[in-house]
Amino acid sequence: MTRDRTPDSHDFPTRRYDLAKEFVITLVVVLVLSGGLAAIFSSPDEKPITMSAWAKADPNNLISTAAGELAGTTTSATYGAPYNSNAEGQKLGPIPLQKWGGVRIPIDSADLVLGPLANTSGDPAVSSAVAAWKAAPPAQRTKWATDYVDAIGTAAADGEPATGAGGDPAKAAAGDYGPVPALSAGLLALAKTGGLEGALDSAGNFYGGDTTKSLLLLADGAYLEDQAVAQNLGGDQWGMMNEVGNAPGQPWMWLYTFWYQIKPFSTSDNADVEVWALMMLLTLLLMFLPFIPGLRTIPRWIPIHRLIWRNYYRRSAGRP
Amino acid sequence: MTTSTGVKSADESTDPGNWTNRLRGWLQGLVPPGEALPDRQPVYVASWIYVFGVLTLSALAVVILSGCVLAIGGVHWWHVSSLGHFVNSVHLWSVELFFGFMVIHLWGKFWMAAWRGKRAMTWITGVVLFGISIGTSFTGFLSQSNFSSQWIAGEGKDGINSTGAGAFFNVLNPGQMLLWHVVLLPLVVVLIVLIHIIQVRRHGVVPPLDADLEG
Repeated sequence: MTRDRTPDSHDFPTRRYDLAKEFVITLVVVLVLSGGLAAIFSSPDEKPITMSAWAKADPNNLISTAAGELAGTTTSATYGAPYNSNAEGQKLGPIPLQKWGGVRIPIDSADLVLGPLANTSGDPAVSSAVAAWKAAPPAQRTKWATDYVDAIGTAAADGEPATGAGGDPAKAAAGDYGPVPALSAGLLALAKTGGLEGALDSAGNFYGGDTTKSLLLLADGAYLEDQAVAQNLGGDQWGMMNEVGNAPGQPWMWLYTFWYQIKPFSTSDNADVEVWALMMLLTLLLMFLPFIPGLRTIPRWIPIHRLIWRNYYRRSAGRP
Repeated sequence: MTTSTGVKSADESTDPGNWTNRLRGWLQGLVPPGEALPDRQPVYVASWIYVFGVLTLSALAVVILSGCVLAIGGVHWWHVSSLGHFVNSVHLWSVELFFGFMVIHLWGKFWMAAWRGKRAMTWITGVVLFGISIGTSFTGFLSQSNFSSQWIAGEGKDGINSTGAGAFFNVLNPGQMLLWHVVLLPLVVVLIVLIHIIQVRRHGVVPPLDADLEG
């Protein structure tokens, strides 16, 4: 390691400099710039998607999502920590970081359907369906729901053929699905009334504020992602750093988002934790760059500093 | 103890057992005398690149100011008020400027190798500030209570959860995210900004590369 021979800055000749004036002027500049940009470009504020909007725009998807929650086949149902223990979660090599966090926000996916319906009175068919579900043994519940999910199937997409009834519950083949169709239809009806978010997030508590359950249910369906992809916000569309419309989002997250666009991350089952680990490593490299031989010498190799301090170097060169 | 006339004795003002004396001594030693707010700078401090540090600071002031105005109106004010929406826009654009200025400032300091002369901690606190600022803005996007918040939360949870941190930092809970955004993270940002500025004033502006060779 070479010895740092940087002289004390206080030993150099000085010039007049008004720090307070500089701050006030820049503050005014930033105020004017921010106000001007706000007046010209405003800021995006697209209304949140409601369960009611989802139910009206894509009722079939809401029904198949509800059946999936009961069957335990949705994304959140098979997520692992911090919501449940139904998956190992992502690993960094052999290290199960996600699992180590623990199940601290326990969510039973079936409760995303049964919870709101159990607390909603009025429809005898739904009440008896809830009772039938609760009375059945777990294996029977799973068979009913899984069979119904398979019968509904999915529409053809991304080169994959349609399955089951192509995603249309009305065309599902006749079968023994127990109370699952009634439960799914009950959730759809509740969503259409606009009461599903409240039933999920505020049940047993006057004050809402935690939208974890609503967001998990919404994200398990296809409607939220369809809306986002239509606005170029998908994960493979640099979605994390973009905003709706042409508004700037978080461009400072470009490097984090970049890794998701390329292999091996774009095809890895552990992409999230791998990208996080890589970003932490790069951040540590940047932090401790002053101590890393080679990296800390780059400014000497590419002499942009000659431009920054050109006046000083010119004067120094002219000194006897 | 003071004398009967109220004048402290020399022993009192230098008593090392007095916590107040020790705190005062520590505070006074943070920055050399006269260097906290000097009216002169070394002759080499003569480039537009130096302005971007204070521009970043000014942008942070506007971010905090506009954020405080939004806080007065409450979480949903900006959705229903044209004034609130304008203040939100000022908040957004001042954040964009803040990051823009900070990145230029960071690159400028990189090309100056500004960590030289025992200034590594100044560089490190700057990088930490950059990282924590990204987290602060992320929680802001999660606190907007609109479509973007829903989508960013849905996407962002997978990244946070994969590290195990999602068990404690729930991006799907806007109440928690809002409090992190308006209390915890700003406190950390302001604290590290103070440490960063004290480091700058303590060591002074880094001299030009190779200035050390001129004797």
